[in-house]
Amino acid sequence: MLQRFATSGSTFAPQIDHLILLIAILVGFWFLAAEFALFWLCFRFRRREGHSAQYITGEEKHLSKWVTWPHFAVIVCDIVILIPAILVWVNVKQSSPPAEQTVRIFSQQWAWSFQEPGPDGALDTADDIRTVGDLHVKVNATYHFELQSRDVLHSFSVPEFRLKQDAVPGRAITGWFKTTRTGTFDIQCTQMCGMGHGLMAAHIIVETPEQHAAWMKSVSNPAAVATSVVAPAPGTGASTEDSKFAEVRQ
Amino acid sequence: MTTPATGAHAQAGSHGHEPGHHEVSFFHKYLWSTDHKMIAMQYLFTGTALALIGGYLAYVFRMQLAFPGHDVPGYGLVTPNRYNSLVTMHGSIMIFWVAMPVLVAAFGNFLIPLMIGCDDMVFPRINRLSYQVFLVSAIILLASFFVHGGAFGGAWTSYPPLSAKGVYNLTPIGASLWLVAVALEFVAFLLGGINFIVTTMNGRAPGMRMWDIPVVVWMIVIASVLFMASVGPLIAGAVMLFFDQRLGTAFFDPGRGGDPLLWQHLFWFFGHPEVYVVLLPALGMVAEIMAVFARKKLFGYRTILYTTWATGILSFVVWAHHQFIAGIDPRMANVFTITTLLISVPITEMIFVYIATLYGGSIQFTTPMLWALSFVAEFLIGGVTGIFLGASGADIYFHDTYFVVAHFHYTFFPSAIIGMFAGLTFWYPKMFGRMLNETLGKIHFWGTIIAFNVIFIPLFITGAAGDQRRIYNYALFSEQERPGLQHLRELSTIGVIVLLAFQVFFLFNFFWSLRHGERASENPWLSNTLEWTVPSPPPHGNFAELPTVYRGPYEYATPGRKEDYWPQNAPITPIEEGAL
Repeated sequence: MLQRFATSGSTFAPQIDHLILLIAILVGFWFLAAEFALFWLCFRFRRREGHSAQYITGEEKHLSKWVTWPHFAVIVCDIVILIPAILVWVNVKQSSPPAEQTVRIFSQQWAWSFQEPGPDGALDTADDIRTVGDLHVKVNATYHFELQSRDVLHSFSVPEFRLKQDAVPGRAITGWFKTTRTGTFDIQCTQMCGMGHGLMAAHIIVETPEQHAAWMKSVSNPAAVATSVVAPAPGTGASTEDSKFAEVRQ
Repeated sequence: MTTPATGAHAQAGSHGHEPGHHEVSFFHKYLWSTDHKMIAMQYLFTGTALALIGGYLAYVFRMQLAFPGHDVPGYGLVTPNRYNSLVTMHGSIMIFWVAMPVLVAAFGNFLIPLMIGCDDMVFPRINRLSYQVFLVSAIILLASFFVHGGAFGGAWTSYPPLSAKGVYNLTPIGASLWLVAVALEFVAFLLGGINFIVTTMNGRAPGMRMWDIPVVVWMIVIASVLFMASVGPLIAGAVMLFFDQRLGTAFFDPGRGGDPLLWQHLFWFFGHPEVYVVLLPALGMVAEIMAVFARKKLFGYRTILYTTWATGILSFVVWAHHQFIAGIDPRMANVFTITTLLISVPITEMIFVYIATLYGGSIQFTTPMLWALSFVAEFLIGGVTGIFLGASGADIYFHDTYFVVAHFHYTFFPSAIIGMFAGLTFWYPKMFGRMLNETLGKIHFWGTIIAFNVIFIPLFITGAAGDQRRIYNYALFSEQERPGLQHLRELSTIGVIVLLAFQVFFLFNFFWSLRHGERASENPWLSNTLEWTVPSPPPHGNFAELPTVYRGPYEYATPGRKEDYWPQNAPITPIEEGAL
């Protein structure tokens, strides 16, 4: 159902979509039933000449069952929703499959920057690739991320991945995703972070392994680094992005 | 029974409370009064004035969202920081300075003494102080629009570190004024709340047992208990945050041993019960109105009260569902998603009972009844969409999107706005001694209800499509920039304008009827509760002779009686005794 509004791009997106569909069906039924009852009773018992109201306390067994039975059914529906909700949650947030790659995500007012392992495949080595605004990942690969904030709370949200996690300064919060198709996906900040909150956009670029290798080669070339991709030192902020926000800051 | 009230009252009554004794100055009559009805009016008029300000703010930022970058007529250019201030102040004003004063304080003050048969609040001067503190808090809040940097722009939840440091939020003075205003506002409602609870427990007319108290009075008392029990942690948090802002302490600064998440726990421990603090008085008023205009006893008066208490108590153990993805231990989410869905058990039971009350009734669709019925119809939408957010797995996607915005407006709008109009149209004859115009009332009702749905149904869709909150312009997000979504945003903005325009009908009706409305009798709706046994408007001291209560408040269409209502204070005549 959600696919109509936002396409999906991660392995757990369909699970979340199915959960949402299940909830929509169950609560949709109760919603329609209750609204129907409300409108029907309004129509059926509208004031008419010669008809007066009945005296009902609500404690009569044959009448109170009309409230208690639906009520038990609601409890059953709650349980039917709770079990898959928790299963999806545990799958997305509480456990993670082994990673093929780990990336670091830095948030700050008001930009996203990323640290990816270079050709050697390990983080915190000399060939790490640091980018601002674009995260390049491979398709059909499982990524772990380590989310950090340099100032205030931010939230790393990729709607098409159905992925959202707050970044808290002073902590490195881990999570995972597995991509399913190539393309460019929006990264939003979904936690109020000040003036530039609405400008804090970035992209995840999901590429085939060949494209990814070519990109990595282009940025690993020392000559290319100087012109195309920014490599800010950690903590110094998004130097080239500053021009974008300069007018806002004034 | 009413000794404390009369005692305190006699002292306070020295400045001309006995009508006819001597002239009462404007100042003493309207601003320095200890009369619960006058204090109710003060709260009502201050609250509705602030509602208009809150509505204006909504108009400005919805215009920015529909036509980004254009000058908003009546405001000017919306810069990103001003946008943040607008949404922050809209949320804060509507919850703390509209819903709370109008629903809890205005109706609580007006209804409780009249409905339980008491001449005034038990602590009339504390009551007066409550409003005065509230007024100061409102003035401080409004003043923050005019300070350097403008009003606070860190969202109404005020999460640190953003709210803690001026270099982060760029509204340093506004942020501190906001905190001071909120803390003072809480003091005002603590003073009011203790009054509501003590008056209801100690000030009831002879014969009124616990189970004879009208539902709305119970609901306001339960709301006061919830408020007073939950607000302590937030006041502590507000003091800590104020120290972080002004004295450089580090309660919420992770670099120096603090924790930003601490604030979220303190805030939402208060914040979730607060939802029910606002909801319950509205639910109570709707129950009164539905009983009167369906001429029906409530379908299980005790069930309503049990479910209310259950909802209230459960509301203390659900707060972390606001923080599922905030960086809390993910295992905590499993506990809080269970408690959150559990709360649907008492609240659906309550709504079922409301709907069942209509069964066998003789329903008259007056303006207050239309508001009451629409409350149930609209609140259902708010209720069922909450399940999506309470289910932890689905909340990963919906958290902080416009789906959340639409959801909580479908809970707060029925409570604060529909509830307010239901209560006002129903008790207007008692408050002002005149009847409102029904035609204007119905035009206003349909315009408001339709416009309300036009505002928020599109937002469910944009939220499902991934629109996140508090974004002043979606131009940078390629997925969110789709024309279809922009049309929905424009539709929502049109809804806001129509909704605000229709309030003219209400304001006109309200002020025109004050002078030209048909004179209201003591009991125009043929209702049972005690406030309808006194003149409209009630004189100072309410009851010429304190009433005695013989029965519960919902004896409509009792078999064996000629009239289809049976006032709580009507003694049983020998004939009726025989008939029963």
